[in-house]
Amino acid sequence: MTVLRTLLASLVLLAAGLGVLAAATHGFHAFTSETARRIDVREHPRPLPPTPLQTADGGRTSFGELRGRWLLVDFIYTRCLTYCSVQGSEFVRLQRELAGPIAAGKVTLLSISFDPTRDDPAALADYQRRHGDRGAGWIAARPVDPADLAVLMRRFGVVAVADGLGGFVHNAAIAVVNPDSRLVAILDWNDTQAAARYVTGQSAP
Amino acid sequence: MKHLSAGRLCLAGALLWAALATPPLRHVLESTLTSQMLAQIPLLALAGWALAQGTPGWLDRSLSAWNHHGISGLLLASLAGMVWMLPLAMDAALDDPRVTLAKFLSVPLLIGAPIALSWPRAGFVVRGVVLLELIATMLRLGWLYLISPERLCSNYLLDDQQRLGTTLLVGGFAILLVLAWKLMWGHVESGRANHDNFRAGHD
Repeated sequence: MTVLRTLLASLVLLAAGLGVLAAATHGFHAFTSETARRIDVREHPRPLPPTPLQTADGGRTSFGELRGRWLLVDFIYTRCLTYCSVQGSEFVRLQRELAGPIAAGKVTLLSISFDPTRDDPAALADYQRRHGDRGAGWIAARPVDPADLAVLMRRFGVVAVADGLGGFVHNAAIAVVNPDSRLVAILDWNDTQAAARYVTGQSAP
Repeated sequence: MKHLSAGRLCLAGALLWAALATPPLRHVLESTLTSQMLAQIPLLALAGWALAQGTPGWLDRSLSAWNHHGISGLLLASLAGMVWMLPLAMDAALDDPRVTLAKFLSVPLLIGAPIALSWPRAGFVVRGVVLLELIATMLRLGWLYLISPERLCSNYLLDDQQRLGTTLLVGGFAILLVLAWKLMWGHVESGRANHDNFRAGHD
């Protein structure tokens, strides 16, 4: 009797355990939070808050204002000396490849600083200049209110960790925002081709 | 000895559980991946194990009717352990308060306590399977964390992840060596299950 009960209990536990594991891993597809964030964004596009942003030229913008065009968004801090410093060059490459759609007002690139105390408009302008900004269609900005930064990072699923050397390590990526101001995809930070395909493939009339 | 200390162990378990939940200790133990995985989670399980020493006799008896050789309990502990080995669970335990609560409840109650109630009932074979699976998991996971060029947890640094990998590999091999030593030259405890086996043979 004990053996049968144990068998029954074990089967129930096994089914429940596999159910929990499947639910936690998006059906055994995601084992890291980065993969989980990408699947979640793809399956459930996230509306973005109309957070006010201060741009490198000192002006203001927001996701609400940028509605109506595709946005390619990355999160940066301008002092980065490791691989995230290449994010800037990748965005300049996108700026070159997407020159047409940018000129047509269909696509804009947006770099948001998660280190707004240090990244003032001057630092942001310097960052763009350093990487060879071509002058059109690339906005570098910082959240005006620090509280907005937390909301924004949470919505995008960006996590920045102090690296112990005065800098940060973060899950760099290219986020795709559709013209309805919804976050619809997260792509590899250096996969500019996929990013270009995404916005041109779907922004074509 | 067990009769003397069961109540105290139970109290110590409850105190340990409460201590681990205090913000300063949480902050320290969750500051690195290595300490979350190899200190906080094992200590939470230990708290559950100690707490379960105070399990009243009637509850122990009715649970054991469903826990032949401790198999169901050890299966439950293994499954719950698998959830808390997922890199995304390590991250979510920091980012999402609901997951934090789930960790603080499930590790003591679904890992530590079932082990306490099941290990003494487990015989040589069941213990062997569990220990080998533990060693294999530590080696597999250690290797994965050590060689992965990417961060598996958004909240932790790569060198921390590699340190965890090394520690898991060393720990896995250490348990393996101790076990091999005991098998060859020492005494391997196999609980009271052997007596159960013996009695079962006459049923």
